[in-house]
Amino acid sequence: MSEAFDKPEPKPADPLAPETLSAAVETAEKEFAAAADLDALAAVKPAHLGDQSPLLLARREIGGLPKDRKAEAGKRVNEARQAVQAAYDSRRATLQAERDERVLREESVDVTLPWDRLPRGARHPVATIAERVADVFVGMGYEVAEGPELEAEWFNFDALNFGKDHPARQMQDTFYVAPEGSGLVLRTHTSPVQARTLLHREPPVYVVCPGRTYRTDELDSTHTPVFHQVEGLAVDKGITMAHLKGTLDAFARAMFGERSETRLRPHFFPFTEPSAEVDVWFPEKKGGAGWVEWGGCGMVNPNVLRACGVDPDVYSGFAFGMGLERTLQFRNGIPDMRDMVEGDIRFTLPFGTEA
Amino acid sequence: MRVPVSWLKERLELGDKVDEVTAQELADAFIRIGIEVDGVHPLGEITGPLVIGRVAEIEELTDFKKPIRYCQVELGDAGTALGDAVEETGEPDSTEDEDVDPPRARTNGIVCGATNFAEGALVVVALPGAVLPGGFEISARKTYGHVSEGMICSARELGLGDDHTGILVLPPGTADPGDDARDVLDLDDTVIEVAPTPDRGYALSVRGLARELACALDVPFGDPANTDVPEAEGDAWPVRIEDTEGCRRFVLRRVTGLDAGAPTPWWMRRRLLLAGIRSISLAVDVTNYVMLELGQPLHAFDTGSVKGDLVVRRARPGEKLTTLDDVERELDPDDVVIADDTGVVSLAGTMGGAGTEISGDSTDVLLEAAHWDPPSISRTARRHRLFSEAAKRFERYADPQLCAVAVESAARLLRQYGDGSIRPGRTDEGGTEPMPAITMPISLPDQVAGVRYERGVTVRRLTQIGCKVAVGTGDDGTAVVSAVPPSWRGDLGQQADLVEEVLRLEGYGSIPSVLPAAPAGRGLTESQRRRRTVSRALAEAGYVEVIPFPFVSKSTWDAFALPEDDPRRRGLTLLNPLESDKDELATTLLPGLLETLQRNLSRGFRDVALFHIGQVVLPSAEPADVPDLAVDARPADDELAALEQSVPVQPLHVSVVLTGQRLRTGWWGPGEAATWADAVESARTVAAASGVGLRTEAADLLPWHPGRCARLLAGDRPVGHAGELHPKVVEAMGLPKRTVAMELDLDAIPLPDSRPAPAVSPYPPVLLDVALVVDAEVPSADLADALRQGAGELLEDVALFDTYTGEQIGEGKRSLAYKLRFRAADRTLTVEEATHARDSAVASAKERFGAFLRG
Repeated sequence: MSEAFDKPEPKPADPLAPETLSAAVETAEKEFAAAADLDALAAVKPAHLGDQSPLLLARREIGGLPKDRKAEAGKRVNEARQAVQAAYDSRRATLQAERDERVLREESVDVTLPWDRLPRGARHPVATIAERVADVFVGMGYEVAEGPELEAEWFNFDALNFGKDHPARQMQDTFYVAPEGSGLVLRTHTSPVQARTLLHREPPVYVVCPGRTYRTDELDSTHTPVFHQVEGLAVDKGITMAHLKGTLDAFARAMFGERSETRLRPHFFPFTEPSAEVDVWFPEKKGGAGWVEWGGCGMVNPNVLRACGVDPDVYSGFAFGMGLERTLQFRNGIPDMRDMVEGDIRFTLPFGTEA
Repeated sequence: MRVPVSWLKERLELGDKVDEVTAQELADAFIRIGIEVDGVHPLGEITGPLVIGRVAEIEELTDFKKPIRYCQVELGDAGTALGDAVEETGEPDSTEDEDVDPPRARTNGIVCGATNFAEGALVVVALPGAVLPGGFEISARKTYGHVSEGMICSARELGLGDDHTGILVLPPGTADPGDDARDVLDLDDTVIEVAPTPDRGYALSVRGLARELACALDVPFGDPANTDVPEAEGDAWPVRIEDTEGCRRFVLRRVTGLDAGAPTPWWMRRRLLLAGIRSISLAVDVTNYVMLELGQPLHAFDTGSVKGDLVVRRARPGEKLTTLDDVERELDPDDVVIADDTGVVSLAGTMGGAGTEISGDSTDVLLEAAHWDPPSISRTARRHRLFSEAAKRFERYADPQLCAVAVESAARLLRQYGDGSIRPGRTDEGGTEPMPAITMPISLPDQVAGVRYERGVTVRRLTQIGCKVAVGTGDDGTAVVSAVPPSWRGDLGQQADLVEEVLRLEGYGSIPSVLPAAPAGRGLTESQRRRRTVSRALAEAGYVEVIPFPFVSKSTWDAFALPEDDPRRRGLTLLNPLESDKDELATTLLPGLLETLQRNLSRGFRDVALFHIGQVVLPSAEPADVPDLAVDARPADDELAALEQSVPVQPLHVSVVLTGQRLRTGWWGPGEAATWADAVESARTVAAASGVGLRTEAADLLPWHPGRCARLLAGDRPVGHAGELHPKVVEAMGLPKRTVAMELDLDAIPLPDSRPAPAVSPYPPVLLDVALVVDAEVPSADLADALRQGAGELLEDVALFDTYTGEQIGEGKRSLAYKLRFRAADRTLTVEEATHARDSAVASAKERFGAFLRG
């Protein structure tokens, strides 16, 4: 502005002259560019785009022009105005982007801060492995059968071909309910569910029975008096020991991976004949892949079928049973059985909701 | 049972391979055919000089607290040789060498702490330089004032079993001083420890085990029972079997003129030692030896002590017997006994009586072998806790054909080694019948296994185990095999038993793996799915699942302050609990959960939330007897129903306990302590997972706080309780203050038949708030019900958002503020309509509870 005093008073410039217009555009562009933030930009905006801005004032002059110059002058003014508007928009977008970026930067937090206001819970791994086993068999068409933990001796022993005074009854250290001769025991295995199932269902029967079982073993690193078993039972026409082997192999693969399989060793159980113990090939065994004792199995003893009202001349079946704590112990490398029964939350929490 | 490999091999015709077959191969063969192997124990390695010595002189050293002997032991050539060697080599650890007497030819001075030998005894000496099993090095050393040039060994020190009651004294004439003891003791041997399953009584003998190996290895078997039993003249002793069920056969043979002091020959003692049986006297050792070899337990009576006829019968009430272990036992009328004129002299098949026991000077013995009813023996053994070697075999079935053979073998051994004479008479009462034949399709093993075996396998294997086998044609023209099981196989009673014999001997390894096609299943049941959903919901709500034992102590009910007649005190009691105090079966899940909570607290945790889903046992107030049903056929429906009903109901419960902070304190600010409301909320979590709503009402039930206990209702049915525990209970159990708990009977919550989808209106709602003042005792849930009923169907939701008590509304009053959401199914609701509905709601609340709008 100081220059104005140095120069002689000019005659009023023609507001529509091209040079006047381009000077206005140039000034606007300069001032917009100089605005440091959105507030500054807003402050200078009226001077260039407002009612009293040079270009708006110039537009008013167009009306006074001769007709033949109106179009050309209008066009010039519009172009100038568009240029100023564009300069404004562009600067505003830049400043907005800068502001948005700054705001986000300022709002940043330490995302490593913990947020355990409502602590997490967890399922017990024995419970989830029981469900997993059930799912494997449900996938093969089996159904899940259940029974009471406090059981009649008849279901736990007699119906399963344990003679009244046969030493096999002593193989399983049993918790008896008082008084002596009450006829009630804590079930020593899940096998009484076999009998209960066969007594109430017509073959073909394909069931799996996970559940809690009891033996009078003192609690130590490899024994617990209260544990879980899963029992499988198939009774149908033409069931063979090869079917038993095939089922166990499929089960082993589902639990321990595709490279797993099972091996049978002859054994004795009153409720199966022939009977076998099952070893499983465990590829992740500590110290190298190898066989691990897994459970017992066999072809359902015809005496059991008979006691349950199934004709052994028409039907045959297989049954097997495994300890779930034992399975978990070697599968997950749990060194001490007590960890699985004591309920210390440090043991269970890492399992989350799936074992 | 422990058995040396050398004894087994004696019965196997291994031919040229006798030395090649290793103990491990035999153990593997046992495992392959189903005889469990608990251990393979090679006799311990002994290096260095181990020789036979004869004790020439014993000097009793009396200056010590215990008896000590300084013995001069003749060692033949060995003594000299070694004595020289010690001096020449100057063993570095023999620092007292200067004190050592100059080596005396053929004799070493040895200090010994045992006293079970006399001058002239033949002993085993480990000389300096010898290393015994376990790395026990022998050196010449000064002890008890003498230099001991070696050690006189006990059986245990030599690795021959566990006997350490004295040193090993060999019978005279077994060997000469100076002989290498390794040869005499036959140390190049291995003991296999087997644990046959309880169906295979015959396998508790060398006879049975060697036969199993012969089958497994397909080699001929030499039966030790294959000896002729000569004709006898008359009875050995008069015997009457009155109880023919308890005793099927009873055989006696009498041996007189026995040299009471005759030693047991070393070979027999060695086998007994390795089997873990102590040598007592020739007569006792012989009966044990024959039992181990044949599997037939024997008993020897001192003939002079037997008065009159022997009678086999059941015990009479009040009868007593002092058994060989010097315990006086009150007999049960179910016990089978042997009696003479004076009363009971033996607990049959289990243990003999002290009164007729053979002693160190018995010269006249009656050898008894019998076949006892296995269940009777099993009951007697359990009743008197007398699990003798004899009882173990009889309860597993002993071969009734063996009685005469076993007695004859024992009598001959007594004649040979005890100079006795076998009297011409033999008592043989009762008799045995052959086992009934079992007939089955010859292809049954193939059908059961799912394998096509080679032709002739069934006949070959059944013959191999001792069956008499005949092949024929069945009614339908198919080939059948008929097998008469051998007398020692009481376990073979049905087709499946024969099938197992074929399959196990052919090897389970040949059975292929075939997956059967089960029919399509129906998946999990509704209640099974619910249990899973509830478990997961609680875990995701922050609870940790635990599975406590169901054993409860009576003192817990006292800590719960339950009244004497509370049904939860009616838990069943165990006869044989592991902890005598915790002998009740849980009627509620709370005791187990609280104990687990305490364990976590004692391990340093303060904020703990646990849940358990499990069965509880609720005995009926008037329990029914548990019927004992037959097993030969399916029980009749009413019998089965009675049996099932006699088992106490065991509903599935779900329970939570929590203490400390429910919402944790942290960098975000303060947390929130767990309260009664969290316990109630956990029940709602269960209900939501079950697809039902639960109602709550105030309740007063221990162990909960009388003012902070909610009864939970499904419909009108009470299904459980939730709230804060009673402060007295918390104190009695040492729990943190304000510990809260919930327990629900999951089985009592109905399974929803279907879950009808609600009609969802797309029209906008009208939201109106009301604040109502009522008496402070009015439950908020009931007030909300009143609002709901009054508002009618336009009311979509009612939510309590504030409560207030204080001066503004007066004493004994409470203000409850609800947000009401109204919506119409078919139109946009006007404010007027909604206001009208709200007024009706308020009117209903006023009518039922005297509620008025807070100004």
